[in-house]
Amino acid sequence: MKRLMLGNEAIARGLYEAGVDLVSSYPGTPSTEITEIAATYDDIYCEWAPNEKVACEVAFGASLRGARSACAMKHVGLNVAADPLFTLSYTGVNGGLVIFVADDPAMHSSQNEQDSRHYAIASKVPMLEPADSGEAKEFVKEAYRISEEYDTPVIIRMCTRIAHSQSLVELCDREHRDLPAYEKNPQKYIMVPGNAIKKHPVVEERTRKLVALGEETALNRVEMGGTEKGIICSGTCYQYVKEVFGDSVSVLKIGLVNPLPEKLIKDFAAKVDKLYVIEELDGIMETHVKSMGIDCIGKEMFSPLGEYSQATIRKAFGMELPEVIKADSEIPMRPPIMCAGCPHRGLFYTLSKNKITCLGDIGCYTLGSAAPLFALDSTLCMGASISGLHGFNKVGGEDSEKRSVCVIGDSTFMHSGMTGLVNIAYNASNSTVIILDNSITGMTGHQQNPTTGYNIKGDPAAAVNLEELCHALGIKHVRVVDPYDLKQCEEAVLEEIAVSEPSVIISRRPCMLLKYVKAKAPVKVNPDKCVGCKQCLKIGCPAVSYKNGKAVIDTSLCVGCNVCTQMCKLGAMEKGEE
Amino acid sequence: MANNTKNVMIVGVGGQGSLLASKLLGALLTDEGYDVKVSEVHGMSQRGGSVVTYVRYGEKVYSPIIAEGEADFIVSFEKLEAARYAGCLRKDGKIIVNAQSIDPMPVIIGNATYPEDILDELKGKGLFVDDIDAYGLAVEAGNGKSTNIVLMGRLAKYFDIPYDKWIEAIKKQVKPQFVDVNIKAFELGYNF
Repeated sequence: MKRLMLGNEAIARGLYEAGVDLVSSYPGTPSTEITEIAATYDDIYCEWAPNEKVACEVAFGASLRGARSACAMKHVGLNVAADPLFTLSYTGVNGGLVIFVADDPAMHSSQNEQDSRHYAIASKVPMLEPADSGEAKEFVKEAYRISEEYDTPVIIRMCTRIAHSQSLVELCDREHRDLPAYEKNPQKYIMVPGNAIKKHPVVEERTRKLVALGEETALNRVEMGGTEKGIICSGTCYQYVKEVFGDSVSVLKIGLVNPLPEKLIKDFAAKVDKLYVIEELDGIMETHVKSMGIDCIGKEMFSPLGEYSQATIRKAFGMELPEVIKADSEIPMRPPIMCAGCPHRGLFYTLSKNKITCLGDIGCYTLGSAAPLFALDSTLCMGASISGLHGFNKVGGEDSEKRSVCVIGDSTFMHSGMTGLVNIAYNASNSTVIILDNSITGMTGHQQNPTTGYNIKGDPAAAVNLEELCHALGIKHVRVVDPYDLKQCEEAVLEEIAVSEPSVIISRRPCMLLKYVKAKAPVKVNPDKCVGCKQCLKIGCPAVSYKNGKAVIDTSLCVGCNVCTQMCKLGAMEKGEE
Repeated sequence: MANNTKNVMIVGVGGQGSLLASKLLGALLTDEGYDVKVSEVHGMSQRGGSVVTYVRYGEKVYSPIIAEGEADFIVSFEKLEAARYAGCLRKDGKIIVNAQSIDPMPVIIGNATYPEDILDELKGKGLFVDDIDAYGLAVEAGNGKSTNIVLMGRLAKYFDIPYDKWIEAIKKQVKPQFVDVNIKAFELGYNF
């Protein structure tokens, strides 16, 4: 039976068919659905870990015990999981272990455009890259075979256009695997220098064997066509090349992207007049080809920026492009925005109004940086708001401490905010940390986390008490505010930045998009009272606009949070009647 | 290379239900025996931003995305979004658009103006624009959220796939409690 499946759904199916027993991940676009969908198979134990390092180590433990295991993350998540990865390369595996990493060329939902292939090279771990959903599923099974045969973790690299594209997948049955008896093997798994020094040559030898695998595996394949042009490509670029050229060129499609083959490339290069390497982001295959002394064209013609399409290739080769008809009028941008009723809005308005410096973090609340709130000063990586604020205040002194805060979401705080907060307490800066607790991991599409009281299956789970946790980490001043109450927010922020000790404000209200959160009656504008002062527009709510000299409420969007009613000094914004 | 792949873009504002429309279309085309690719964007842009989904079908589909000047159809949930992606339409392609305006944030805060006569401008350029009050028809059908299915009904008019096959696909893809309202919405779009 063939089914149309998202790349990530196909990966989850592959995990099921490969007999995988455990998946531990932290959500991150575009990787999230791998674990969400794997959790719908009762045969696979799945969980949301607090961060990618924990997830990868959980997968290691399951492998050590003899099961097949996996963890999935976005590209920047692999930075967090890099510590276990590099030494996992030395220990190797017991049960097969596969790490799924999803790159995001063009940064549809990311803070950078890093190319995860560098990690495979640096950690000396094999990496596979599928080009559609059908391949994604089959590559999962092949990755577990390679992992166990070559005693190595394996990385499967996805990118947005593979992870979030649907194509047809043939379904197979699940492979049955019994959990073997556990055998202690300290030389293999205890990476003290005396053992690790013996493992490094094993890793080097393994790479030589994997290069040999690359010469003959079906993961890499030559599709001979016209020989004027020969193109080496992988993943989504293969699809663009075939779209543009069909069989009029020859293609070497690479599926095992690390380590790269040598003889296969040499033979292919010898059969074509001109060799091209087409790869998104960095010129990694190109560098490999050139290092073998083979002439090829790569980044001279193709940019290391953004994602490609069939049009990129047509343009680069000077081919004819279809006629394009566009509107002459300027089309206003439509950036993503905080939703109507978003609990972050009231808090951000408070910061913006009082011109407070605010170091931000990763999540929906990064949208507080946009017009009209402009509430953020920085966004770097998960957890950097808290640690960054400490450094900012250490050099800025009291003047800085009394004018600055940082914001971090509940899930991000669990991910890597706690250690930064310990540092504030331990190394004593009078910093004010605001935890935006909306009771969910929001931006990635509502995943549970250790503070929400539910697990990935939606079953009740232990919930971290943020107030008690912050106390335990050494913060005495901890208070909770309702971000829908502007007066309460302002009081809390101004008081806490004034005190001469570290403090935490928990801005608590669940995400408006959660199913259990019920909307209230929409706000009404009293046109007799509205003078068109536009004060209500300062909160940047998509449900409030300005037409013909008056404020207008879009009742299809308004959820009655009543933040705008607090903005109106004339009482023209009236609470809706329930 | 000559390519008989057909291209449909579904565009709108995050949260308008374009994912269900592409799911319906993708499933229907798969049942019809085509090779199909559907490309979506998840994550940040879903938060009220401009969203685009690509549906491609034919004998053999390679690229999951649609480039400029390639779309046979653009189904837009909002007027401004139709204009934003108009450059993706083939010269002889068709735009089907819900004639609704949703102000983006730069317009709300007064940094930009909404070009209200944008559809007339596109028509003036010689583009085929079929604008219907899909939201109004969805409300008439019983639920404003079925705007997506009204638009699919309109799209079906231009497809040579039998009407009943669309209805079957709706029954398969939509939750049982919403089947009736969505079939009504589909009919209203088709017969508009």
